[in-house]
Amino acid sequence: MAHDTSFTNQEFKVIGTRPPRPDGVDKVTGRAAYGADTFAPGQLVGLILRSPHAHAQIRKIDTSRAEKLKGVKAVITSDDLPDLTNGDRAMLDILENCMARGRALYDGHAVAAVAAIDAETARKALKLIKVDYKRLPHVTDVDEAVKPDAPIVQPYVRTAGVQPPPTKASNISQISEFGHGDVEAGFAQADFIVEESYKTEQTHQGYIEPHACLASVGPDGQGELWVTTQGHFTFRNQCAALLGMDVAKLKVTASEIGGGFGGKTHVWMEPVALALSRKANRPVKVVMSRDEVFRATGPTSSTSVDVKIGAKKNGRITAATATLRYQTGAFPGIWGMLGAMTAYACYDLKNVKTVGYNVLVNRPKVAAYRAPSAPMAAFAVESTIDLLAAKVGMEPVDFRIKNAAKKGTKASYGPTYGPIGIGPTLEAVKNHPHMRARLGKNQGRGMACGFWFNFGGQTCTDLNIGVDGTVNLTVGTVDVGGSRASLSLIAAEELGIPYERIKCNVADTSSLGHNDTTEGSRGTFSSGMATIFAARDAIEVLRERAAQTWEIDVKDVKWEGGRAVPKGVRHSNLGTLTLEELAAASPNTGGPIAGHNEVVADGAGVSFASHICDVEVDPETGATKVLRYTVVQDAGKAIHPDYVEGQLQGGAAQGIGWALNEEYIYGKDGRLQNPGFLDYRIPVCSDLPFIDTEILEIPNPNHPYGVRGVGETSIVPPLAAVGNAVSNAANVRLTHVPMSPPRILKAIKNRRSNATTG
Amino acid sequence: MLEVQLSGSLRDAAGGAASISIDASTIRELLRKIVERYPRMQSRVDDGVAVSINGEIFRDNWGEHIPEGAEIFLLPRIPGG
Repeated sequence: MAHDTSFTNQEFKVIGTRPPRPDGVDKVTGRAAYGADTFAPGQLVGLILRSPHAHAQIRKIDTSRAEKLKGVKAVITSDDLPDLTNGDRAMLDILENCMARGRALYDGHAVAAVAAIDAETARKALKLIKVDYKRLPHVTDVDEAVKPDAPIVQPYVRTAGVQPPPTKASNISQISEFGHGDVEAGFAQADFIVEESYKTEQTHQGYIEPHACLASVGPDGQGELWVTTQGHFTFRNQCAALLGMDVAKLKVTASEIGGGFGGKTHVWMEPVALALSRKANRPVKVVMSRDEVFRATGPTSSTSVDVKIGAKKNGRITAATATLRYQTGAFPGIWGMLGAMTAYACYDLKNVKTVGYNVLVNRPKVAAYRAPSAPMAAFAVESTIDLLAAKVGMEPVDFRIKNAAKKGTKASYGPTYGPIGIGPTLEAVKNHPHMRARLGKNQGRGMACGFWFNFGGQTCTDLNIGVDGTVNLTVGTVDVGGSRASLSLIAAEELGIPYERIKCNVADTSSLGHNDTTEGSRGTFSSGMATIFAARDAIEVLRERAAQTWEIDVKDVKWEGGRAVPKGVRHSNLGTLTLEELAAASPNTGGPIAGHNEVVADGAGVSFASHICDVEVDPETGATKVLRYTVVQDAGKAIHPDYVEGQLQGGAAQGIGWALNEEYIYGKDGRLQNPGFLDYRIPVCSDLPFIDTEILEIPNPNHPYGVRGVGETSIVPPLAAVGNAVSNAANVRLTHVPMSPPRILKAIKNRRSNATTG
Repeated sequence: MLEVQLSGSLRDAAGGAASISIDASTIRELLRKIVERYPRMQSRVDDGVAVSINGEIFRDNWGEHIPEGAEIFLLPRIPGG
């Protein structure tokens, strides 16, 4: 049944309050069960052998000695994962990423796996597997990979998006162009033009919980998978397809998740664990080490971006272009295209052209990282915007306000915007006390804005009322950021009962219809929508039960304040029936009381944020300290403001780490040099100030409560906001992320050297 | 009659056309007719597309009504993090 999802501007009683999260006690006491925290009788330890080479032909794998080792119950290679994809190249890529098929495509690529009775035996078995590699030329740098003589990563890839279709293999899997107008004519009208090139290095989402799962497949073809994931329904569908299992016979349960940020939207070792279990006929647990997480899961792209923007003396931009080269790892991806779509989405431009290149390299398959691809594009564009504002002689915020997109603007990626929130976020930044705070020596302030799409997707929710009137809300979207709290608030609001009377659970895949992965900032938006309609469905049942009890027409019963209330004077002697009373009487009024909803939650609406950052740069060491940071975001209605603020702060913190420290470093041999948190430094509490937030509650017109996704946009501006702040503090433009101490020192020395020689 | 704007690499599957004229009143009808005219578009639809109707992006609801004269963009399906 289709429901009207329009915003209704209703008054709220509990929405917008800040009760404790229902999973809080479990998490602070250690009772919460994460991916590695479950056990099965007779379970084995699964370990994976990984390629030490960036690119190599696998001539032979000899597993015979490992198989003979006492305690080893299964050894598998790609031979145990036959191609069942029926010509679906994208699925075959997923399978090949889980286990190399004839060639190792990156350092860390899985080549074999073992299941043994304990970790020690499994480790010994890995050492007994002999792989005969023939090393092949490799390429890990995005700019090197696009050169005509670069080693080819995937011989089947032909560049899409060019005419005529090429016949020769290339590392450029796709070229995508977006824009409108005449950029050459626009640049001809400009009084000032700035051109600059930028690079950003590869980063990992850095979730604290490594990938982990417990797989069990029986000889009857039925299986179970307990796994840390953002999308257990998607994992079920993909694992079943790759292993030739029936979807209904594979039950996947999502554990508590210790962070995902896009990295847990893909299967990595889960099909391998299931294949090991199937072969061993025993449950198999696989827990990745941090080294494996870095080398063999999905970091973000490293990029190389060229930007050119022109403006009139009055500050109006006349034309803008960007060429964006994003590496996608060893498999095709769409990350450069997304960079090209988002690069200028904040601006109202008559002439704009962006070209995105998706480029294969010998690195792990790239995965989404919170508003995937947008932060790197924003770094390049927003840095150039600051340079151009300076040339024009305007304050950066005023320059942005003058050129900001608004209702009726033709977005750089195509469509015409309806009502959008970039203008209000920029005005809020301009008027924020942070912008007037004084700066000291070697200190600088930067600001930047950012955009992300957001989306909804397939969602299914059950709401069951117990005999005591408490409520089980069953959802299928994994709780990655406090959604059980926000969804419980929504159910409480609709039913008119206290928040504490709701218990929200994330169902396994056999207990609920399909739910898309929790990505695209969709958790509270889409499951919230389904919860509203499931609760209203249950209220219809409650009204019917009350009507039955009173022996009156259901039309004469309304639901108000958590109770059934008869309408009209002629029923005024009936009193009211609370939810508890109706629930207690339910065995004799028709049985269990429940509500249900399935929805395709479109209409998520685009999202904008503007950030302010103050830093101090030590000119002797190049070290940067973030002094103050403010996030302003159009968040729609904040259901539980604590968790909205948490999302905005988390995105900013990750963006600051990306901007200043985090970086995949590859050696000339194509091997990752820093696969651990000692050498890959993410920010810790002592590195960061309190991150201030300002939520702009501009209602989403396509959600009954006005909810908008909030989880991703806040990572888009920080690279540029920090970059502009550091550049102002160091008095030199930084164009390479991360802006680590050596890069800042080098930039400062170059500036001094140029000043001396100039 | 709708004027459907094609974005990015989707133009490739339509022989390089930046826009195409299609008579359709729902997303489902629109996609069916595009594939009928440009069979290479089938794989793009299978990979995932989104349709922007007057600036609002729809990814999954193919029953969505398309108003007469609406601005229509066919976009690649966008993943999230």
